[in-house]
Amino acid sequence: MAAHKDNAEILLSLDGVSKGFPGVRALEAVRLTLRAGEVTALIGENGAGKSTLVKILTGLYRPDAGRLTVAGSDVKLEGVRDAARHGIVAIHQETVMFDDLTVAENIFMGHMPKGRGGFVDWPQINQRAARLLAEVDADFSAHARVSTLSVAQKHLVEIARALSQEARIIIMDEPTAALSGHEITDLFKIIARLKAQGRAILFISHKFDEIFAIADSWACLRDGVHVGEGRMGAVTQADLVRLMVGRPVGQMFPQRRSPYGPLVLEAEGLSHPTEFADISFSLHRGEILGFYGLVGAGRSEVMQALFGLTPISAGSIRIDGKPVTIDSAGVAISVGLGFVPEDRQHEGAILALPIYQNVTLAKLQPHTKHGVLSRSSELAASRAITGGLDLRAAGQDQAAGQLSGGNQQKVVIAKWLATNPKILILDEPTKGIDIGAKAAVHEFIRTQAEEGMAVIMVSSEIPEIIGMADRVMVMRAGRIVAEFAAGTATPEKLVAVASQDIEVAA
Amino acid sequence: MSVIVDAPKASPKAKPVWARFMRWETLLALLCVVMMVGNSLLSPYFLDFGNLSDATANFSEQAIIALAMALLIIARDIDLSVASVIAVCSLAMGLLAAQGFGTPVLMVAALALGLACGMFNGWLVTKFALPSIVVTIGTMSLFRGLADIVLGDKALTHYPPLLQAIGQNYVASWLPIPVSFAVFLILALVFAFVLHATPFGRRLYAMGNNPVAARFSGIPVNRIRFILFALTGLMSGLAAILLTGRIGSTRPNIATGWELSVITMAILGGVSISGGSGTIGGVVLAVLLLGFTQFGLSLVNVPEIVINILQGVMLIVAIGVPLLLQRLRGRR
Amino acid sequence: MKALGQNVPREAMLAAIIVVLLGLIGLRAPVFLSPGNLLGVLTDTSFLFMLALAQMAVILTRGIDLSVAANLALSGMIVTLADRAHPGLSLPVLFALAALSGLILGAFNGALIAFVEIPPIVVTLGTLSIYRGLIFVIAGGQWLTSNDMSRSFLAFPRDTLLGLPNLLVVALVVSVLFWLLLNHTSFGRNLYAIGGNPVAARYCGISLTRQIFAVYILSGVISGLCGLLWVSRYGIAYSGIAQGYELTVIAACVIGGVSIAGGIGSIVGALLGALFLGIIVNALPVMQVSPFWQVLVSGVIILLAVVLNARSEHRAGRLILKTPAREGTP
Repeated sequence: MAAHKDNAEILLSLDGVSKGFPGVRALEAVRLTLRAGEVTALIGENGAGKSTLVKILTGLYRPDAGRLTVAGSDVKLEGVRDAARHGIVAIHQETVMFDDLTVAENIFMGHMPKGRGGFVDWPQINQRAARLLAEVDADFSAHARVSTLSVAQKHLVEIARALSQEARIIIMDEPTAALSGHEITDLFKIIARLKAQGRAILFISHKFDEIFAIADSWACLRDGVHVGEGRMGAVTQADLVRLMVGRPVGQMFPQRRSPYGPLVLEAEGLSHPTEFADISFSLHRGEILGFYGLVGAGRSEVMQALFGLTPISAGSIRIDGKPVTIDSAGVAISVGLGFVPEDRQHEGAILALPIYQNVTLAKLQPHTKHGVLSRSSELAASRAITGGLDLRAAGQDQAAGQLSGGNQQKVVIAKWLATNPKILILDEPTKGIDIGAKAAVHEFIRTQAEEGMAVIMVSSEIPEIIGMADRVMVMRAGRIVAEFAAGTATPEKLVAVASQDIEVAA
Repeated sequence: MSVIVDAPKASPKAKPVWARFMRWETLLALLCVVMMVGNSLLSPYFLDFGNLSDATANFSEQAIIALAMALLIIARDIDLSVASVIAVCSLAMGLLAAQGFGTPVLMVAALALGLACGMFNGWLVTKFALPSIVVTIGTMSLFRGLADIVLGDKALTHYPPLLQAIGQNYVASWLPIPVSFAVFLILALVFAFVLHATPFGRRLYAMGNNPVAARFSGIPVNRIRFILFALTGLMSGLAAILLTGRIGSTRPNIATGWELSVITMAILGGVSISGGSGTIGGVVLAVLLLGFTQFGLSLVNVPEIVINILQGVMLIVAIGVPLLLQRLRGRR
Repeated sequence: MKALGQNVPREAMLAAIIVVLLGLIGLRAPVFLSPGNLLGVLTDTSFLFMLALAQMAVILTRGIDLSVAANLALSGMIVTLADRAHPGLSLPVLFALAALSGLILGAFNGALIAFVEIPPIVVTLGTLSIYRGLIFVIAGGQWLTSNDMSRSFLAFPRDTLLGLPNLLVVALVVSVLFWLLLNHTSFGRNLYAIGGNPVAARYCGISLTRQIFAVYILSGVISGLCGLLWVSRYGIAYSGIAQGYELTVIAACVIGGVSIAGGIGSIVGALLGALFLGIIVNALPVMQVSPFWQVLVSGVIILLAVVLNARSEHRAGRLILKTPAREGTP
């Protein structure tokens, strides 16, 4: 198909692969080629079929049609172990690990070497684990319990795990999602080493700077269909985004149209024994205050404390000038706060409940008459709010779990709009949702701010922070380390203050 | 977490909640009809209003607890200590009766003690963030142990006539149904109202489906769990009053094994053991199905322990067959 | 090995508590600490040792088996009936029969849980009633006593090997086998993986269905063997033997630090948990405490154990701060 000039050995190729589920066409005649010593970036919006493709490559799903060729011969994968036998191993998005087991056990789980009598060969496992860890420059022991490791260290365990299976084809599904700047650099060094050893890597990421930094070639999926492939050198970011979305991305972020109003929230010296300290900031009506920082800088912890979900050990909060003590989410709601959490499936939506019950959940009183819930009142309120957010659903009775990620996020946002908050906190509001829904969420945030709502937006995406926030607070290691007034934040400055060496600060 | 947009949407929870409930209850109602017909064929004495009415006394006490247990399980908790709470409450009544106290005092004492036991469970579960199954295995021994120590191998058998009348009599001569069954029916209406028509009930479903998201939505999850345990304790106290009155005695083995019968009623009624779904209507149907099956078979002299086989089979079949059908249909 | 090593603190603590407990009992009733008596305590606790280990294997996978005592009683009855009908049957044949009976009953649980995917608590709650009822049916409601059992059958638990009662020897052998199984086979390590993170286990190519099916069979076989030992030791078989014992078994696991949420638990912990309960049960009469205290005491201990375990299992936050907050007082 796409003829490349180079003649690197083709390790894996997919041709005409299709996969459907009842009512869903996940993949349609998809093709993919992975070459030895190359990183291939797989790009596409959420829901484009990338996860399904990974599951097919690792034997978790069987394709309905199509051919899979590994090292020149046709194969049918019968499961994860079979895929591993063919040299295909995936490293998953959220590191999937056994926290209470040791590093060595995590590396060899599912394929433990056996010694005499079929018993597990512990000496061999520990030896080999130590060797593999050295190979990925790990600074921890094979006997360490995984629960004591950082996210970056867990990634190394996953890579060691792939190496232990002598993987020739390594799939990395958003490997950098939870990593900080220098951790990403370290990871890229290891990827380069894996390339040099002649392995093929399928690299899945939403971050274009990373794709351009590490990948040799790319393949793009849209709505389950292969829409293009080629060498990295021959494309620009704009080309790829256009291909991914299927339409040109115009004005990325909606602009402020009116000045903001009086002070509404003042936080003074908020502290927690172990997670954050001396957090002070203020917020005006109509303002969007951005919180930037690396993952694990303590931003979510501050927001959860602000919302009464974790207790603070010191500090005070004033709303409209009046001191308030927020010791539960119920109190937070009553003083006019709303909170769209980061993890929408676990903290945001109640997946089994219908849309309208999700929307009314945080404030049911307006829908009761003499203590009895009125379905019609709930439905009317929910329809009005979700309609305004352009929610795509079969009906109000549809379970939230049946919606796409972006639409689930709209349901969670609708839940907070229904409480009519003065202040809305959004923690990573566009994480993991597709570009279309992302633009809708940005537009919504801007509109609410224009109408006088005060917004706190926690985000790890620099373009989003710079594009949306009027003012930016930067957190590092549990403290606020910088504040940028409107128009003064640049990507370079943000990254510099957010990732500065911690020892220097301490 | 990752958002798996391309995963098959065939999970049972993804279907409209109402559709599932209706189907489950229809199935239970059909089983009830089959059971009634079957029993009538087995014994000519079965289909007789007086007999059926009398039979309800045998399961109403358990059924009352099952109502509270249903709420508890919907909210993702469980209480295995209910039978032990009955023992403690019944013991307290026996001791007070021996001191010459009248029926009202005994009743208040049983209710208060049941409530206290329930609150103790709720306190342990919420204060220390412990799994309720383990806590209530512990308090099950604790409460039963208290009763054992005080009672030894004796039995308390002197109760005031009014208490026995409550346990044994009809509501009125023109309404010949046992008091305990009438109490159950009234409570079933109250519980159904609370669960299906009030914000409190809605919050239980939310908690059962996703306790974290429920807390993030401002629902006082731990306070509600505490209330549910207290309520279950209170219902156990009420059951103790009715049971002690009916059998007129307190023995060390009173109500042993009831926790499993009560949970069976709730689960057979369609309450999901993993929380988040179930209806009071389903529980009432399951109570009638189990209770009258037992009565019908005892009419033809099937021993209770053998009837238990049938109940076990019913539980597994009722939960298993829909799951099996669903798997066969959704097989990829 | 290493996997065992991580758990030492908790087990060491429990062991220390047991030693202190023995010391306190010894102060009031020195006779309790005599070797003969301690051996008796161990022998008495043999059933709990074996059943707690099997239950732990199940709980590791986030499951529970409430039918163990009913399985024990039914298997015991089946063996007794066989022994009565054919008094010439040799012990190995009876053992095989008990294991087979336990295996079939366990496989029934396992099939419903692993293949039909009914929650374990529902399945074993149901089979608990079914197995108990079946005892009544197959025995026609009668109680079988030592008069219905052959001499060799009755003698087995009491006979000794190297000075130890056979019952205890069996428990020791079973414990060693479990240690090998859980720490030195991939089957055993997979159980930890499944309970610790079922999704990840699947990604590692572990067949959850097969593992879970197998673990209930394992639990069933142990129950079956205990059934034979129980009826031969106590010389009685009827539908009510070991009634409610499943909860004692679970209690032993909980005391031993087995997490009901799955994935955490060790052989030593489960054995110590069982031993702890065994000592309490045997010490009360020696200390002239009314046996009616026994249930209460085990209840209190279970509650203390879970509260303490929860404390140690409690996960800290991310511990983001490198330097503590300045104004630390609330």
